[in-house]
Amino acid sequence: MDLRTRILRGVCSTASAVMLLILVSAGVSADESVVSKPGAGGESAAGAAGDVSLSEFIDQQIRQGWTDNEIEASPQAPDEEWVRRVYLDLVGRIPTLAEVRSFLDDKNPRKRSLLVDSLLENEDYVRHFTTIWSNNSIGRATPQRVSRIGMEKFYREAFAKNRPWNEIVVDIVTAAGHYEENGAVNYILAQMQMPDEGVQLTAMTTRLFLGLQVQCTQCHNHPFNKWQQDQFWEFNSFFRQVRKEDHRKLDPKTGQMVDDYSEVVWQEFTGPVYFEKRSGMMQVAFPRFQGHEVDPGPGVDRRVELAKLITEPVENEPPQIAQAMVNRMWSHFFGYGFTRPVDDMGPHNPPSHPELLARLSKEFAASNYDVKQLIRWIVSTEAYQLTSQYGEKNKIDDPAAGEMPLFSHMYLKSMQAEQLYDSLIVASNAHQSGNGSWSAQEDQRRRWMQQFVVAFDNDENDESTTFNGTIPQALMMMNSELIEKACSVERGSFLFEEMSKPGADTQKITDLYLAALSRKPTKPEISKMQKALAKYGPAKLNGYQDMFWALLNSNEFVFVH
Amino acid sequence: MSLWNNYGMNRRHFMQHMATAAATIPAMNFLSHVQANADVLKSSQKSCILMWMGGGPPTIDIWDLKPESKNGGEFKPIDTAASGVQISEHMPETAKVFGDLSIVRSMSTREADHGRGRYYMQTSYVPNPTVVHPTFGSVVSYEIGRNRKALEIPAFVSVDGGAGQAGFLGMTHAPFVVDNTGRIRNEPSEEGKQRLGARLTMLEEIESGFMNSRRGELPKAHKDVYKNAVNLMTSNQMAAFDVSKTDPTLGLEAESDAVRDAYGRNGFGQGLLMARRLVQVGVPFVEVNMGGWDLHAGVFDTLKNQRLPQLDKGIAAITADLKQRGMLDNTVLVWMGEFGRTPRINQDVGRDHWAASWSVMMGGGGLKNGQAVGATDKDGLQIADGSKAYLPGDIWATVAHAMGIPVNTVHTSKRGRPMKLANGGTPIQELLG
Repeated sequence: MDLRTRILRGVCSTASAVMLLILVSAGVSADESVVSKPGAGGESAAGAAGDVSLSEFIDQQIRQGWTDNEIEASPQAPDEEWVRRVYLDLVGRIPTLAEVRSFLDDKNPRKRSLLVDSLLENEDYVRHFTTIWSNNSIGRATPQRVSRIGMEKFYREAFAKNRPWNEIVVDIVTAAGHYEENGAVNYILAQMQMPDEGVQLTAMTTRLFLGLQVQCTQCHNHPFNKWQQDQFWEFNSFFRQVRKEDHRKLDPKTGQMVDDYSEVVWQEFTGPVYFEKRSGMMQVAFPRFQGHEVDPGPGVDRRVELAKLITEPVENEPPQIAQAMVNRMWSHFFGYGFTRPVDDMGPHNPPSHPELLARLSKEFAASNYDVKQLIRWIVSTEAYQLTSQYGEKNKIDDPAAGEMPLFSHMYLKSMQAEQLYDSLIVASNAHQSGNGSWSAQEDQRRRWMQQFVVAFDNDENDESTTFNGTIPQALMMMNSELIEKACSVERGSFLFEEMSKPGADTQKITDLYLAALSRKPTKPEISKMQKALAKYGPAKLNGYQDMFWALLNSNEFVFVH
Repeated sequence: MSLWNNYGMNRRHFMQHMATAAATIPAMNFLSHVQANADVLKSSQKSCILMWMGGGPPTIDIWDLKPESKNGGEFKPIDTAASGVQISEHMPETAKVFGDLSIVRSMSTREADHGRGRYYMQTSYVPNPTVVHPTFGSVVSYEIGRNRKALEIPAFVSVDGGAGQAGFLGMTHAPFVVDNTGRIRNEPSEEGKQRLGARLTMLEEIESGFMNSRRGELPKAHKDVYKNAVNLMTSNQMAAFDVSKTDPTLGLEAESDAVRDAYGRNGFGQGLLMARRLVQVGVPFVEVNMGGWDLHAGVFDTLKNQRLPQLDKGIAAITADLKQRGMLDNTVLVWMGEFGRTPRINQDVGRDHWAASWSVMMGGGGLKNGQAVGATDKDGLQIADGSKAYLPGDIWATVAHAMGIPVNTVHTSKRGRPMKLANGGTPIQELLG
């Protein structure tokens, strides 16, 4: 075994422990890395837990941050702003014209929570979170010998049945078998693109499911990271019984051997793994997690043991998988989590709202890891109801400029490519024309997606998208077939329906605004649009097409706000 | 073939590099009559072409061979046109133009992970969770591109790339990513072009309300990106992306088969050819990506049979071509990846990640070329005693110097924190002409 090889590879991505270290040691001011804690410290969350309901507690903690930083929160978002946000966040697309109207016309004072409940039962909720977690697990540019269909099937079932999060994680960590029969194995296959003794699988699993970045500890200890080098290898030793098998088959047409399926199989591995300290000393690491040792002998399925350990609470703290999911989920809805980045938690990177994070994580675990319940808690907070407009009194609450988020107004999020695609489909009514099966639609979206994905062709499977706010995105929005379809006046399209209805221009302009931006136009906007339409003379239909084009191309459309 | 006449248009330059030119150019004639004049007009504009080797190239097998060491591997060094400078035997064409190129052999950069190494090499800064530093192409776009008023296409073009971010300089300085065929997706139809004006007028009406609604900088950035996109899609400078297009007003000619062959019929070669056309129309920063360097196994076979023949052809062609056109002195060439690779050869006959001692190649740009700066020790394991270790900031400061960007420039992050150009790096003295 060549240990030096592995050591020298020095997988150290994005661990802010190193960053802090370097910042300090290089004499650079570390002010941008140090955050002040909001909220009254001292009293433990556990102590307060029995007294105040969870939702009151969350609101109190957030408010304390406003008080401590002497800011005033923005007012509640109008229904128009909120309904668009909650559709995009929960079901990954804008609401249809009918959905917006029905919400705005609803007089029920509890209509916001009722809408959340109904969206959680919408099939688009399942689709949206399946997309997110498939992308998290195997990337957008599906690696070699990985089945996206299998991975999506696994998550689709998981979110549709609202399976407890800890069970989902256990299934993934312990997965074995055929990549389409047990879709969970695709997560593991995607981390095994190179023979690396499970290093990438170790680093990714801690990051994605435990919210811990330990890549750097592969090679050396870190003063600020509670994980040490031996812990990296102890964790790694749980994955040494994993083997990937790629099967091939004969293509009867060509007589050639071609790729068939891949699978994850168990292989015998006993005893310790070996690693090298910086000093050159060889060390051993036995399977151990958070102080619990697992029998390194034969006959033990180490991943099964690991699955038990990562879902167990440690002393008085909630399990790390609960904290990691809460942090990610919060960031999904607010654009920022309690740590930055969300998957780098630990003493070296203190959270912005520690008591809130601890209490919410505990309750999430206590709810039997009920993902929908976690979402309900987050979207019913006072903070989630606020407008994205800031005022004089809270303009300093600007995480985009590097400030710690105080959640005193909603932050703008850029739509993910899939959200934009699905929103354009909704706006053009294409979803109602019975456009093929679920998988056919999924296929179409994936093909469209590929134009924005850049894979980096290295052992970490990195990728990026050229999507967010760049010229290629603008060109797509202005000129693509997709936008052409959205603005089409062919039978069945949104504009066709709209133009075939009776009604004055004011009504039609209002409907276009509602369909694209989920809000009614202001009076000045209506009169401006009427003037613009007048210029088209008899070709008014073209005018409406151009208006819809402009609405869909606007900044207000492309941001979740 | 009026090669020599054309070349003579930049006589001082010609004399200076005659020896190298004589060795290489007769085989390649990149230049026709028509183009010469237009090119010379453009020649005062500074540009940079970054050749980005994604995955981390084994510089010990390319630029800094160790034939005497157990780490040396299978390749032999050969002499180059630069006296005393040897490179890999699998880079014979590049060796001929080495009078116009240089190696910095004492890079020591500490980041040996792909993501972090890429960030560090391209921005000069280590990653930090609260600020996104601009990649150097974005810095050039900001410092030079925005003042180049006649330029209608983006000032930072990345061929087959996409990792770089503009960070606190803003989305308008983000790289414009194209693939090596130069095909721009979603170009407007004729009808789209005709209706664009009316549509943009309405868009303006709709956007302004949201922009002024106190929601931060993003809504304004969106508008600026659209402005750039509209500029691009209505510009004749788009012809620079398409090697089959001719536009005499820009000095662009359809590239002949001979020229395309000379660059190499592969993504990297054709990307470099496109880069030359982009530089001709005034784009100040072009990045051309070549991947497949993460050679943990079978390094020598892959280098010998796949990577190096393409690399060799591409570098030799772009160097000679720019030189024939009198553009080389104004175009800095930089060749780097996120790190080098381990001197030690692993059990799979591969080399792993290594940042402690490796090489970056530079050239053109009016630099004092034809030399190797710095050295590694006999086994390539560390920077040699008495040799200065260089950081990415030093490379970029050298580029800034060559492009006329003041090296002491300071930008301001969104929080008002001063950020030195190239992280305060110093131009490499030996390379300054």
